[in-house]
Amino acid sequence: MSNMTKVLMVVVLGVFLSACGSSGEVKPGSGAPVEDHSQGLPAGGASGSGQAGGSTNALPGQSGVSTDALDNPSSPLATRVFYFDFDSSEVHASDRPIIAAHAQYLASHPDTHVVLEGNTDERGSREYNIGLGERRAEAVRRLLLFQGATDKQIQVVSYGEERPVDPGHNEQAWAKNRRVEIVYKRGAQ
Amino acid sequence: MLNRMIRWIPALLCGGLLWSASAYAVLEIQITQGIEGGVPIAIVPFKWTGSGAPPGQDVSAIVSADLARTGRFKLLASKNFLERPHSGAEVNFENWRSLGVDDLVVGQVRPAAGGAYNVQFQLFDIYKAPTGQDIGKPDYQIKQLAGYSVPSRANELRRTAHYISDIIYKQLTGQRGAFSTRIAYITVTHGRKGTLYSLQVADADGYNPHEVLNSPAPIMSPSWSPDGSKLAYVSFEGGRPAIYIQDLATGARQKVSARKGINGAPAWSPDGKQLALTLSYVDQGNPEIFVLNLATHALRRITYNSAIDTEPTWSPDGKSLVFTSDRSGGPQLYQVDASGGRPKRLTFDGSYNARAAFSPDGKLLAMVHGEGKVFKIAVLDLKTGLFRVLTDGREDESPTFAPNGSMILYATVYKQRGVLAAVSVDGRVRQRLQLRDGEVREPAWGPFTD
Repeated sequence: MSNMTKVLMVVVLGVFLSACGSSGEVKPGSGAPVEDHSQGLPAGGASGSGQAGGSTNALPGQSGVSTDALDNPSSPLATRVFYFDFDSSEVHASDRPIIAAHAQYLASHPDTHVVLEGNTDERGSREYNIGLGERRAEAVRRLLLFQGATDKQIQVVSYGEERPVDPGHNEQAWAKNRRVEIVYKRGAQ
Repeated sequence: MLNRMIRWIPALLCGGLLWSASAYAVLEIQITQGIEGGVPIAIVPFKWTGSGAPPGQDVSAIVSADLARTGRFKLLASKNFLERPHSGAEVNFENWRSLGVDDLVVGQVRPAAGGAYNVQFQLFDIYKAPTGQDIGKPDYQIKQLAGYSVPSRANELRRTAHYISDIIYKQLTGQRGAFSTRIAYITVTHGRKGTLYSLQVADADGYNPHEVLNSPAPIMSPSWSPDGSKLAYVSFEGGRPAIYIQDLATGARQKVSARKGINGAPAWSPDGKQLALTLSYVDQGNPEIFVLNLATHALRRITYNSAIDTEPTWSPDGKSLVFTSDRSGGPQLYQVDASGGRPKRLTFDGSYNARAAFSPDGKLLAMVHGEGKVFKIAVLDLKTGLFRVLTDGREDESPTFAPNGSMILYATVYKQRGVLAAVSVDGRVRQRLQLRDGEVREPAWGPFTD
């Protein structure tokens, strides 16, 4: 087979990016209005951890010393990321006691809400991975509910393979990306 | 001079498209594998007959690039030309025969009123012999396969060139050309402000990219309306997925689904009236296929299974849906009547087959095929059951057919970066399309629009 490797055209018209909107802003074409037929979520619902790369650290105390277990780095609650095997949504046995600690915290703090963000590695198809990410988050949600958290406290969102913590294309990166993150929404509601 | 073979083509396009073009870069296309023994063809650079400077777009160069990109032609380098004719009467066919070409294209770009152009070209079969009724005709009239004069507005020479490529390709292969179509894709760039996702639409050759939407949150799964005027897509703006439909000319968009849980995998029905999609609001953690009526907003549930059911795609006749389900343990493809019913499993080769795309004639199904931990694009012939793996990447995904069925465009990783690649359905031609910076993924090849 001939390997022509011929560059047929090399043109760069625009400079990538620049003045196209500040971060945090979504720019649809010509700023036209969005017509909402989605029968969607009530406005003002907790809107996920959103834009910043998933926060995996404990929330910093707002005013000096905190007595909240969420702010204690040596508490099991400081662990907020749970990893999964390839194409699996089975929670690792070692994560179960940690998830139980989160469940207990939620049970004793009924005003606290969490978002469970399900993620996968990049392999396979994207929308299937959205399903897989949701299934992983659902596995964690069921454990939380089983151990005392209430349905109202937990939201689930699957990002599939769209938000890797490690953008690499290797086993090491993939292992880090197959995860569910618990994101606390203290005082959000 | 071009007398009887000139056919006047109505002005090609009316009205430009409105875009929020703010940030873009062109996809570069490389042929990584062409057909051994492609059809030898010569394209003589078209002559500019005007008095001023020639137009900025080089029509014959664009046509040459279009034809070369298909991998089906071998273009003779112009340095080897023995003459540079610009109309049939100037051609000495002996010269071209001696250079071993089968076909020849000559032409000229003429100025027209108001800054517009007329592009005249002729395509010749060097070896075409005269028949009984050709007696007394000049050689160039006997050998001519096509001859056109195409009016072009000043800013539409690229489009005119693609139109000419379509005519030549159809003449020489019998297949409709897809040079005038467009592709949509997602780009991802990592900058100071974090990751930026952008939904873009460009010409099939990567030129004229325009941004449809940008967002710091993921954008996924673009799907063309069958008339090519709109895109449906998933956007995570606000931290949750929702499905939008956006008009490409006006930029206006509708949020068509933002239910609890997954709102994913939109797929336009061939009649343009319905959208198949994946939702999990009925039973959290359990994605199912639904069909949304775009006029009434009524939802019809298609699948009932505790497995992941997702990635619906319509058969071109609109009668059935093919989707991915892991109800058997791993993801495989299933087909179900568009009104619902019992799905039938289609794939049995290997443990991972997902994200189907129909060929335009409905005969082939392209898919993501996992072999161990490696993912390639495979094609299933629905009639014969023949299953072929077409690509040799490790993370190939998101296959989409050209509207003429000739090529499959897909996403892959090359040198640690997300790029697009294309492979002919017979596996003989391969291309790579990449950005100078950033990653590109999830290509969706748009429909014919005329």
